[in-house]
Formats: sequence, structure tokens, C-alpha cells
Amino acid sequence: MKHFISTRGIDSATAIRLLDTTADMADVRQRDVKKLPTLRGKTVANVFFEDSTRTRLSFEAAALALSADVSTFTSKGSSVSKGESLKDTVQTLESMGADFIVLRHCDSGAAATLAQSGWINAHVINAGDGTHEHPTQALLDAYTLRSRLFGDSARGRNLAGVRIVIVGDILHSRVARSNVWLLATLGAHVTLVAPRTLMPRDIAAWPVAIVHTLDEALDEGVDAVMTLRIQKERMNDAFFPDAAEYTRFWGMTTARFDAVRANTLVMHPGPMNRGLEIAGSIADSANSTVRDQVSHGVAARMAVLYTLLGEDAS
Amino acid sequence: MSTIIRKASIMGGDPADIRIEDGQIVAVGVNVGGADVEIDASGLIALPGLVDLHTHLREPGGESSETILSGSRAAAAGGFTAVHAMANTSPVADNANVVDYVYRKGLEAGYVEVRPVGAVTHNLAGESLADIGAMARSTAAVTVFSDDGKCVGDSLLMRRALEYVATFGGVIAQHAQDPRLTIDAQMNEGAMSAELGLAGWPRVAEEAIIARDVLLAEYTGARLHVCHLSTAGSVEVIRWAKQRGIQVTAEATPHHLLLTDDLAQNYNPLFKVNPPLRTRDDVEAVRRGVADGTIDIVATDHAPHGSATKDCTWSDASFGMVGLESALSIVQHALVDTGLIGWADVARIMSTTPARIGSVDGYDAPLTVGSLANITLVDPSATTVWGADKLAGRSTNTPFTGLTLPGRVVHTFFRGTHTVRDGSIVELSQAGNA
Repeated sequence: MKHFISTRGIDSATAIRLLDTTADMADVRQRDVKKLPTLRGKTVANVFFEDSTRTRLSFEAAALALSADVSTFTSKGSSVSKGESLKDTVQTLESMGADFIVLRHCDSGAAATLAQSGWINAHVINAGDGTHEHPTQALLDAYTLRSRLFGDSARGRNLAGVRIVIVGDILHSRVARSNVWLLATLGAHVTLVAPRTLMPRDIAAWPVAIVHTLDEALDEGVDAVMTLRIQKERMNDAFFPDAAEYTRFWGMTTARFDAVRANTLVMHPGPMNRGLEIAGSIADSANSTVRDQVSHGVAARMAVLYTLLGEDAS
Repeated sequence: MSTIIRKASIMGGDPADIRIEDGQIVAVGVNVGGADVEIDASGLIALPGLVDLHTHLREPGGESSETILSGSRAAAAGGFTAVHAMANTSPVADNANVVDYVYRKGLEAGYVEVRPVGAVTHNLAGESLADIGAMARSTAAVTVFSDDGKCVGDSLLMRRALEYVATFGGVIAQHAQDPRLTIDAQMNEGAMSAELGLAGWPRVAEEAIIARDVLLAEYTGARLHVCHLSTAGSVEVIRWAKQRGIQVTAEATPHHLLLTDDLAQNYNPLFKVNPPLRTRDDVEAVRRGVADGTIDIVATDHAPHGSATKDCTWSDASFGMVGLESALSIVQHALVDTGLIGWADVARIMSTTPARIGSVDGYDAPLTVGSLANITLVDPSATTVWGADKLAGRSTNTPFTGLTLPGRVVHTFFRGTHTVRDGSIVELSQAGNA
């Protein structure tokens, strides 16, 4: 693949290969010398039109671990409001030698537009576009699940039969969309949970089950619960009444945690609102994958860079 | 000077000759004599000059994307002889000075009759009434008022506007879009917006405003025109209103007769338009609505945008598509070639009725002796692979590139002046440039 824009359309074999490559990269990161020379002489430009320190640092760490040169462009708010267009910005960066553009943008479709526009020749990696997708997050989530569930026998496996609940603001979540497509491709059973206000309309064709309270979803028995960050300002737009009510119906509380199977995993893409969508004690528990997810994020992003570079050689 | 059009099929009917003198049709039939200019129109269909009730000419203020002259040429190329220039210019056409400026520039261009539309509210802000009486009594004699691009969302203001405009015999053309239901809206709300993560523009935001407005029109006894309706539910509301005898007319655009929201798949901003492209069911319902007369007219909503406002992310892109040059071909493709309507119906929905709604003189007895020589000759058997090279205006944001479309405007006469000859725009000496 030339670009990494979306998990939709990635076939099962490619997905498993990406997970296995992520495992290889995770191994590298356990070694004494934590670097590969793969991208020596290549430049990875992180282009962030939206604040995300942790995602940016993760991509920077991934690029450095592959011996790439890294340049970073950050600009708050929409490109147009800044007076320079996305097109001009990325063309400038490519002229400075960027071989990979890692794009975080507030507009859905920005990475796809960049990949299809003909504006540049560089590889484009979507680091989150509006409320569309965040495909490297889905890759690291799937990798985290697979390694926690299957341990040393994880390599080469999919997630057939694994039951995953994704709860929260599905409507506005790029993490949810990317996870839906990738987890379904890997054979997992995905259940989406949200009040009707935070669930997209007309998603009957999605490969998921849909319920509207977390208790209903957990009653079915699950292997992992992925809690999404809830933006507090959604309250002001009448998506739900207040924090207490959100927690009551959609929060991963200790009461709910105590009622599920003892080995149920609890995931969160971060940053967390402790006490709102996830109880602090759960986030810190042995069932939590939160810190694994951060660590695997670097390996997953290394795997994507590595895989895209392979396209140049072929 | 006299001109004879030989053997044109009159609105799809029997061939006849049409004799034009001094801007008027002076004879229609078989023995109309000789003339200075003779045009062989065998195989061509003669339509009355097309009238667009919904055109954005961008001047004043947006001359980089269109001017009154360039838009007039695009209109002539599409077979139009009259266009209604929407009020959302800069400055807004909310006073007599701006509408008279637009009207005068239209006269200077000379390709079509440019009828300025006046704003309903000052600066399209939806807060206080624009200078409606002054515009109605200006040289431009405005009869159509619209905040198009924005909806008159406030119910009280809409009631007053309907009553006040009716005082001067005009009509309000409403852009039906509940503002609160469409904050940041980017495309039709449905399966495609859910997948693409683009904020939805729900159908109910259009239908609820139309339902409110037809009831206000009934209550006030005023006329209402509904711009560019796009959903099956909107067609139902209009049908219900007409059955109740409410004075409402409705328009559909060519693009809503053909294109669907799945075209947003690749985030190509050429398909970003307001109201948005809807679903196949909506397209079918809008077509049936035109065919059964529920929808009175087709209007282009020609909306030129420079490349900078389309060469960007979907969310940053402007809403709108150019449509003057392609309108007749799309209507033929979607409605005539599908057997839903005939060419006499095309004359009705693209000329006679829009002229009546806009109070444009000279279109009530099309292609008859004594009427103005506003005539469009179209070759229905021609096919064109559509592309930007078919456009005559200043912007190239057509959504139809690559489609094979039927029909071609071969000649256009505006009050007897040949504005398009053999498919090419005739260079008129510009009064304004002379």
C-alpha cells in the first residue's frame, strides 16, 4: 500500500501482516539497541493541524526508531483560517524533502484528499481526520487485544470470535470507526453502545451489533470493553444531560467492572476522563490495557511506516 | 433584419418555420417567406428561451468566480434567455442601488435578461426586512425576494416577510434549511455521512421549514416559492399543500434529479452542494414530483466557485456547482429520455412557469406570433462527454465531468439577437465596453 488512510477495505491477510509486523517492531523495542536502519535518509513530516501531543510524540518515536529524520509542523485550527491551505503546506514540506506525511487534521477526509489530490508524491499516513478515522489507533488496539488474549501464540492469528464492546460517543469518534472496520475484518464480534444522540444514523450495514445501554451490552458476556473519551462540551449541545447521567448509563464503573468476567480487558485510547467514562481504579487495574496501548502505539506506527516503505522497493 | 428558422420541431411537435423580425416572432408555419438569415433547424427542437429562477452571478463582490457578463454567456450557452441573479453578493442585494446595478450590467452584457432577486432581510442576517418596497419600485422592478444561501429561519420574520412582499405583488423564494438542525452540516445525513464522519444535513431540516412555510403562506394568503427541494418528504409536503390550495410553487435543480450522496465517498468537493445530494429514493421522488407537476420548475442554482474554494478539504470547500450550461442536457437525460415528460413539459418547467413565477414578460405564449423572439434550438440526438471544456462561465466546478449527456444547445436567440450560433457563443459588442 502507498498510503494508510483508513482501515476500511484492508483485507484480512493484510491486517494480520500489519499485526505481525507490529509484533516484530515491539520486539525491536525490547532490544538493547532499539533502532532499525530502515528509514535512514528518509524524512517523516508530522503535519498536525490539531493538538495531539501524544499522537505526535508516538509518530516521532516510531520514525526515530526506524532511523528517519523527523520534521514537525503544527498549526492550531483550520488551515484556511490560518491563511495557508493544506495544499500549500504539504507541498512546502515535500519540497523540503518529506517522504512521508503524517497528517492530523480537524476535517474528515483531509488525509484522503491529500492522498488523491495529486498535490504530492509522498506517502500519506492518516493520524486522525476529523470524525472519520484514526487507523493507526485501530491497529494498535487490535494488536493490544491480540497480544493480551493470545500471548506467545498470537502471531499469525486473527480475532475470530472475540467479543468487544465499544462504548461512548460513536457519532464523533474516529477511533470507533477505524476499530469497527479492522476488528470486523479480523473476525471479532463488535457491539457499539451509545445513547441514540451519540450513535450515527443509518448504520444498519455496519458489521456490528448496536445497543443503547452499557449494561445491556455487558450482559452478553464480553472479552474487552473499549471506553471512548467523552467530550464534556457535548453536554452543552444536548447530546446528554450531564456527567452523572452519562456515567450512570455509559460509564465503566466499578459496579459494572465487578459484574463482568474477571479477565475482561478494559481499553481506552486516551486521554481519559477518570470518573466519567472510566473509573480511575479500573484504569489502573491489571485488566486495563491503557499503558500497553501507548507502548504498542509506537510499534504499530513503526509497522505502518515499514510497510509503506516496502511499497517503494516493490 | 429578418431571420427564418427552418423546419424546427416546435416543442417536440410538428416541424415548422419561424420568422423573426425586430426581436419578435412574426410568423410560424410553412410559408413564411424569405429572410436575411436562414437557419436549417431540421432535427432540432425549438423551445422558448429558457428562464432560470435561481442563478448566482457573483457580481458585485465575487468577480473572480463569475461576473454578470460571464454568467450571462454561460446562460446563453445553456439555452437561457433570462436568469434571476441571487442576492447573496457582496454587498448584498438588499437595496435599490445594488439591484439596479445588477440589472444595468445585465442590459450591458446583452446575452440574457438579468432579473435581480432582492434579499428578504438586510445583509441576509435574518433579523430585519431589507428595502423590499424600494427594490420592487426600482428600475429593476424586483419581484422575487430571497435570502438564498441562508434560510429565513425566524418564524415571525418569515410571516411578516410573506405579508410585506405580498403587498408589492412579489414572491419569497425560500432556501428551506432549519439553521439549528444543520449546524456545520456537510452532506446528507445517512449511511454515507455516518461512514465518512461528515456532519449530517438531515432531510427533516428542509421538510420542517417547508411545512412551516406552506402553513404560513396559507395563513397569510401570500405566495411562496420553495427553492431547490431535495427530499422525498419535501415533495410530499408540497403535494399536500397544493391539494389544500395553498399558493406555493417549488423548484428542483438538475443535480438533484441525477446525483446521489454516495458521490461524496472520496471527499471530492465538486459534489458538495447545499442542499446536499440525497439518496436514490429522493432522486426518484423528485423526478416523479416534476413529472406530476408537484414541482413546478427546474432551476439551476448555478453556483460558480474558484478553484481555491474547491481545491481543499471537503469541510473547507464552498457549497455549490455550476449548472447553466448543463441544465437542459440533465433534464433531457433524467426526465425526457426516461419517458417521464415530453418537450412541451420541458418548455413549461424551464421557461413558461419560471417566467410566470418571476413575473418575466414575454413568455406566456411561447413560440407564437407576436411574442418576443426568445428561442432555443436544441439537438436532442447529440451526445456530449461532459467536461470543463463545455463551460462558458468563469468557474469550472461542474459535477458532471466524464458523463455522457444527451442533447446540445445549437442556437439561442434572445429577443431576436443570435447569442449562440452553431453551439458557439456569439461575440456581442458590449455596450459597457464600447
